[in-house]
Amino acid sequence: MIPIAYPLVLAVILFCMGIVGFLLRKNAIVIFMCLELMFNAANLVFITFANHYQVIDGQVFVVFVMTVAAAEVAVGLALMVTIFRTKQSIDIDQMNSLKG
Amino acid sequence: MTTGLFVFLTLAIIAITAAAGLILSRNTVYSALFLIINFLAVAVLYLIMGAPFIALAQITIYAGAIMVLFLFVIMLLGAEKPKEIEQMKWQRPLAFVLGGAILVEGVYALLTRVSITVTTNPASEILADPKTLGISLYTKYSLPFEIASVILLVAAIGAVVLTRMPKKDKGQ
Repeated sequence: MIPIAYPLVLAVILFCMGIVGFLLRKNAIVIFMCLELMFNAANLVFITFANHYQVIDGQVFVVFVMTVAAAEVAVGLALMVTIFRTKQSIDIDQMNSLKG
Repeated sequence: MTTGLFVFLTLAIIAITAAAGLILSRNTVYSALFLIINFLAVAVLYLIMGAPFIALAQITIYAGAIMVLFLFVIMLLGAEKPKEIEQMKWQRPLAFVLGGAILVEGVYALLTRVSITVTTNPASEILADPKTLGISLYTKYSLPFEIASVILLVAAIGAVVLTRMPKKDKGQ
């Protein structure tokens, strides 16, 4: 079996790629996808430790993280659609005022 | 090299390459497709770590439902190739420096706390059984489960309210 440090290091790498993408990109939808990448890295850590300690609780938490991620994506993409309607752009540099 | 390690390294390389494709691809649709590849690779990783229910939930919820939502919105907005105008020249190098700093810090913190000799357990019968997960979800975690359902309801109502057309368009 694989050393437990390997999946954890993979999770750190994926999380940091999510952060870099979050800071690099100007497209709001890609920023949302980078958020999903970070959620995914967190889930990987939960599953790794659930496997390590042989308890089911880690997997239960992954279910909750998935639920919150789904809710966040639904609201976030609805916001994107609304912002695109008023500003005709999803560039986050354009979103510098609250009133359209 | 054992078979498990080989499978893990292959999946890790696929996941990291897909993540790099996600953040570097100019076309938003390609980014979404790279993210699906990443989710699939991580799902197989869950499978070899003895969480088959979570692996399949990952494929149906993330790679299925959420990414379809993303692709629909990308195509609805026609945002496949938006122009990305660089307003702050220092932002790009700073992003790499800060991301790299967190990477080094995280790997250091892990390797000093988690021993390299500890290995993952082979897939066990109890942990892999969806029945155990279900019992835990409906007994020990029943309150968080109910709260999660309320969160989903609020998100659904919020999405409908946010995307509703203004009233004046309806009247005409």
